[in-house]
Amino acid sequence: MDLGTFFVQLLNSVQYGLLLFLVASGLTLIFGIMGVINIAHGSFYMIGAYLAWSLSGAVGNFWLALVVGVALSVALGLVLEWLLINKLYDRDHLYQVLLTYGLILVFEELRAVIWGNDVHAVPVPALLKASIPLTENLSYPVYRLFISAVCLALAGLMYWVIQKTRLGMMIRAGASNREMVQSLGINIGFVYRVVFAVGVALAAFAGMIAAPVSSVFPGMGGQVLIICFVVVVIGGVGSVKGALVAAILIGLIDTFGKVIEVQIGGFSVLPELSGMSVYLLMAVVLLWRPQGIFGKRL
Amino acid sequence: MTGRVGLVAAVVAVLALAALPMVAEKFYVQLVTKILIMAIFAMSLDLLIGYTGLVSFGHAAFYGIAGYALALLSPQYEAASVWTSLPLAIGAAALAALVIGLFVLRTSGIYFIMVTLAFAQMAYFVFHDTKLAGGSDGIYIYVRPVAEIFGWKPFDLENFGHLYYVVLALAVGVFVLLRVVLASLFGRVIAGIRVNEHRMRSLGYPTFRYKLAAFVFAGALAGLAGWLSAVQFGVVNPDFLAWHLSGSVMMMVILGGMGTLVGPAIGAAAMMLAELWLQGLTKHWQLLMGGFIVLVALLLPRGLLGLLTTRGGPTDSTRG
Amino acid sequence: MAEPALETIALSRFFGGLAAVSNVSLACAVGEVHAVIGPNGAGKSTLINMLSGDLPPSSGKIVVRGQEVAGLAADRISRLGVGRSYQKTNVFLPFTAFENARLAAQSRLASSMRFLRPADAYREVNAAAERALAQAGLEEKGQVPVLALSHGEQRQVEIAMALATDPSILLLDEPLAGMGADESSRIVALLKKLSGDHAILLVEHDMDAVFAVADTLTVMVNGTVLESGTPEHIRASKAVQEAYLGGDEAHV
Repeated sequence: MDLGTFFVQLLNSVQYGLLLFLVASGLTLIFGIMGVINIAHGSFYMIGAYLAWSLSGAVGNFWLALVVGVALSVALGLVLEWLLINKLYDRDHLYQVLLTYGLILVFEELRAVIWGNDVHAVPVPALLKASIPLTENLSYPVYRLFISAVCLALAGLMYWVIQKTRLGMMIRAGASNREMVQSLGINIGFVYRVVFAVGVALAAFAGMIAAPVSSVFPGMGGQVLIICFVVVVIGGVGSVKGALVAAILIGLIDTFGKVIEVQIGGFSVLPELSGMSVYLLMAVVLLWRPQGIFGKRL
Repeated sequence: MTGRVGLVAAVVAVLALAALPMVAEKFYVQLVTKILIMAIFAMSLDLLIGYTGLVSFGHAAFYGIAGYALALLSPQYEAASVWTSLPLAIGAAALAALVIGLFVLRTSGIYFIMVTLAFAQMAYFVFHDTKLAGGSDGIYIYVRPVAEIFGWKPFDLENFGHLYYVVLALAVGVFVLLRVVLASLFGRVIAGIRVNEHRMRSLGYPTFRYKLAAFVFAGALAGLAGWLSAVQFGVVNPDFLAWHLSGSVMMMVILGGMGTLVGPAIGAAAMMLAELWLQGLTKHWQLLMGGFIVLVALLLPRGLLGLLTTRGGPTDSTRG
Repeated sequence: MAEPALETIALSRFFGGLAAVSNVSLACAVGEVHAVIGPNGAGKSTLINMLSGDLPPSSGKIVVRGQEVAGLAADRISRLGVGRSYQKTNVFLPFTAFENARLAAQSRLASSMRFLRPADAYREVNAAAERALAQAGLEEKGQVPVLALSHGEQRQVEIAMALATDPSILLLDEPLAGMGADESSRIVALLKKLSGDHAILLVEHDMDAVFAVADTLTVMVNGTVLESGTPEHIRASKAVQEAYLGGDEAHV
């Protein structure tokens, strides 16, 4: 592999990893702070992608579609939390899994009703259509760099909010001791609703900005969900830092796994079995550190 | 259900089921066959969820591996033997459960749920994305396995009536076997693990090996269900390992009432009948099914069986 | 003093920079009741957690019947003949008192990987459970689910479980906490009776009970041993009086 190709794949890995991080951070935050496992989280990613497609088609402007889409996602998150999710806080994880599994079925079917079952493409916004030349015959799409930049910016924003603001302090306190926070007069219900809505919006936003590069198709929710689980397991539940490290690792392994060739004893392992590589990484982490790289000891 | 009443009810139910093929049409016999196979599948998962406290979200993996084992063991246009393919299929499922169990049982709680799903997805990938076993099309089993002993055929699985009775006998057998095992020393240990694993270790029990044994046993029984399904449908495809199936069977366990053996059987029947009914109502029946699942999760923590009884059981424990 | 059944040598446990237990050495022999007392936060629970295997030590040694066990898992230490009761009631709430004791007694079988014979048919296990319940004063309450018992009775179940594993060493973490006067005196009498052929390490706040039953006292403050010796020695010690027994707590 020459340097140019290597660099392209590296940029792709980082971009994919950062997108995964955006989705996974919502999942891990919702669990870390509210103790709720939400397996419908992948559906929000899918909803974001379909929103991007239909809104930018209707409105004609990708950026406007993004704004409207995020607003709709936040609203969806608030309503869901208010109606259903807040009844799950003290329940066994089993019921959380079951209820959110029911939600997956609902969302998938609603998507089929509203948008159908076809695969769609979302055009890259005109502003970012260019490509930056890397070598004499390779160039890299600006849009992909944009994705990475936005994800990084959001990661930084998340860090700032959680570590440096009052809301973040309430969130961190609520994560460790719910009753204590409530007795201090802080409306923990409000905090949880905001956190959940933000988590939904993060996943949906990721789906929206990913749409131009990954296309919009029915199974995308389930696909991203399972990889997110792997991210959270490897990084450690509740750890945003862990999610970032794990997501980048997975981005690297998945992307390079698809392009390099490895043979073991005459049998072609890569790129044929590249889909397994992520799970193998998870298996290794489970053997070495079952609580994840940055997770609390089980 | 109290002892005597429960026993009488069980006997009546089995007799009624045994009489079914004599009074019902082929469609209903095949439907009940499917329900009974799902009941075996659901009972095996209840062993993990309801009795050991292990919420496995990847149980379909073992179901599918056994199904594929049968498909791979069946020669193209001839029948495999029941007496070799069934033990081998169950063995394959049990082996997979052993290997996966060694990894996933290092975790607990939410991690466990996620890693069981992930490993099942890995298995799905192997069958869906590689050329190992027909890829996304799956494999057809053109001739169902034969059960021949020295030239005598006790039953013919190509006959839907025979298949029904074989499945019924196995379902009853699995039920009785689980009853016995749950009343044994092993059964008491896993019950204790579910309620308070920390205390069990403090009492001197090496809990890991008991959880692993339960996981392997449940995987083997799921494999039995998978083999039977493959026989009934005559085809195996990656949907056998899909996480949607893992979710469905989990729903069956909870809908019926987990921590009881009858519950999962009732749940299997209820789910399959609900699915049939909803499919008849609208093309978008999954929407209604999803809503139904949400309602059950919210309102029926003890499942349908819990509506009938007020007895305290394993489901009444503090959140584990 | 007889050969110690349980011994710690320079045992320490750190949490980050904080020393919860620092350089604790003590010993307890069969026939001896060794009480560990001290104010809240002195490290007594951390100490007992290390002895039972619930928490690994940061440094130091623990020797049980001649074997080094520091850092071993709780189930292995239990099988060496160490029985433990917990300060925060740690029982099987949905099960009956009898089933709690029976599960504890079952742990002593060579293996519970038995799948066919009903658990209730193991008569020796049932008998051991009955004995433990009787010793703890719960003969009448065997069939009652533990969550329906009073707090004091639940503490009795806690003790019955420790006894049902037929240990030679007992680690009791505030066994009397939450018990009424009658129940307390019964447990104290039980401890006196058991002390003959067990080594008992007792963490307690009830000073009456401690002075009634202990052969040796170790006073812990801030994770270290302040003073150790016979009850009379401890009673007379000025350092102990200041640090712990002081003012209103002087039941001495």
